[in-house]
Amino acid sequence: MIEYALVFGFSAVSLAVLLNLWRLVRGPTVMDRVLAVDTMVINTIALIILFGIQQRTTVFFETALLFAMFGFISTVAYCRFVLRGDVIE
Amino acid sequence: MDFVLEVLVSILIVVGGFFALVGSIGLVKLPDLLTRLHGPTKATTLGVGGALAASMVYFFGLEGELSIHEVLITGFLFLTAPVSAHFIAKAHLHQHVELRQGLPLTGRPQGWSTFDAPPEPDEEPQPDQSPRG
Repeated sequence: MIEYALVFGFSAVSLAVLLNLWRLVRGPTVMDRVLAVDTMVINTIALIILFGIQQRTTVFFETALLFAMFGFISTVAYCRFVLRGDVIE
Repeated sequence: MDFVLEVLVSILIVVGGFFALVGSIGLVKLPDLLTRLHGPTKATTLGVGGALAASMVYFFGLEGELSIHEVLITGFLFLTAPVSAHFIAKAHLHQHVELRQGLPLTGRPQGWSTFDAPPEPDEEPQPDQSPRG
């Protein structure tokens, strides 16, 4: 039963990543693109977790944690750059 | 693996995928950025939380012991999603200054803290800052 649920989960999250990519390409303002990248990172974390369930291994947790940290830091850095013109003052 | 745990993992995976998809559809369909923020910050965070909960239950059923990794990732994501949404909204407000007229009143002498300077501190010392014997 988990296999079918995984197929649904992979399809839904992959479609979500494609929609984020559409917003990343179209997005009228800069912050739209930043938001699209941020959402894409979160969806990629979900994909990594689902892949870990499929492969029955726990080695992907560190990858997911690194993705979460780098996604947050890059979003904050982009926003700092737009707000202040510099990342670290 | 126990059948009940298998059903629970499947339900959590399906719910997580559904909410991730709903959040991204909101990101595409909603009209402007301040409404678009709602999709990723709420629905997508719930979606990835569902996937992480599924992973936690699955490896509990597989190995018999509860791991703390997923709780760490979930806590980190649930803490950072509002912060990054706040940053994005703030940067958007500063890029589009004309939106300042549409903001509601704060109900205080000061305006919105992202635009106006902080209020002057009072002259008299605050009672809660004085040292207590």
